[in-house]
Amino acid sequence: MIPLSSYLILGAIMFSISIAGIFINRKNVIVLLMCVELMLLAVNINFIAFSHFLGDTAGQVFVFFILTVAAAEAAIGLAILVVLFRNRQTINVSELNTMKG
Amino acid sequence: MSFFEIVFYAFSTLMVVSALGVVSARNPVHSALFLVLTFFATSAIWLLLEAEFLAITLVLVYVGAVMVLFLFVVMMLDINITRMREGFMRYMPFGIAIAILLIIQMIMVVGPEHFGLQAFELPAKHAADYSNTKELGRVLYTDYVYAFELASVILLVAIVAAISLTMRRRPNTRYQTPGKQMKVLKEDRLRVVKMKAEPKQ
Repeated sequence: MIPLSSYLILGAIMFSISIAGIFINRKNVIVLLMCVELMLLAVNINFIAFSHFLGDTAGQVFVFFILTVAAAEAAIGLAILVVLFRNRQTINVSELNTMKG
Repeated sequence: MSFFEIVFYAFSTLMVVSALGVVSARNPVHSALFLVLTFFATSAIWLLLEAEFLAITLVLVYVGAVMVLFLFVVMMLDINITRMREGFMRYMPFGIAIAILLIIQMIMVVGPEHFGLQAFELPAKHAADYSNTKELGRVLYTDYVYAFELASVILLVAIVAAISLTMRRRPNTRYQTPGKQMKVLKEDRLRVVKMKAEPKQ
């Protein structure tokens, strides 16, 4: 007898943990990427919970597409990270200021 | 407490604890391994929600491919961990405050008074011969076929982008150019020299 709100609160807690992770690990790009993955996971929990409780498969289809896009994003992000490390010998966010952003 | 509740609370506790491990581990390798544990716990939660196909996909695609990629990159890069930890303690109270504020706000919205059992009653269990994969595939290849094709294009773009970003040509590598090889004429390479035969000495 687990109500919908339990799943939603679980998703909210996961989302907040990943937000806190982005704040406290702001030097390390790899952990930042992991926090983004965690955030997408929290969103996916909400999608699947609603899909189950509303009896609609569309939520699961959305999760399928989010997983696809997240996998592509992780691959490209890590490729950029490897090139960055090869050129600058660091992945410290505060030293990545070539573009003067 | 029913079996489902025990499973739910056990795996959600595991999930939250390992997510805390991801954001607070000292070594990025440990972060990646904690993330694997989080994915396993999430997949158990998704099994409770009768999303079997996606639960297996999460384990196969995320744990099997994406996290292995993460581990590869983390172990390949030679990172100075102590430099990376600078500012961790300075931003810790700020991060925790933001997280707690966010959790309180979200629970006020999605809490039991709005999404409890009165608002959303438990859906009926599916029959034993119900196939989640079949159901998902039926929708995916009819209603969402255009988005499905787009997803495949996105994956192709990801492959091309990742390879073209990380491939580098070393300047002193020797390799063949088949086009140039094919275009070579006999006159360019071969010179027939007419000369008189000389007697053997």
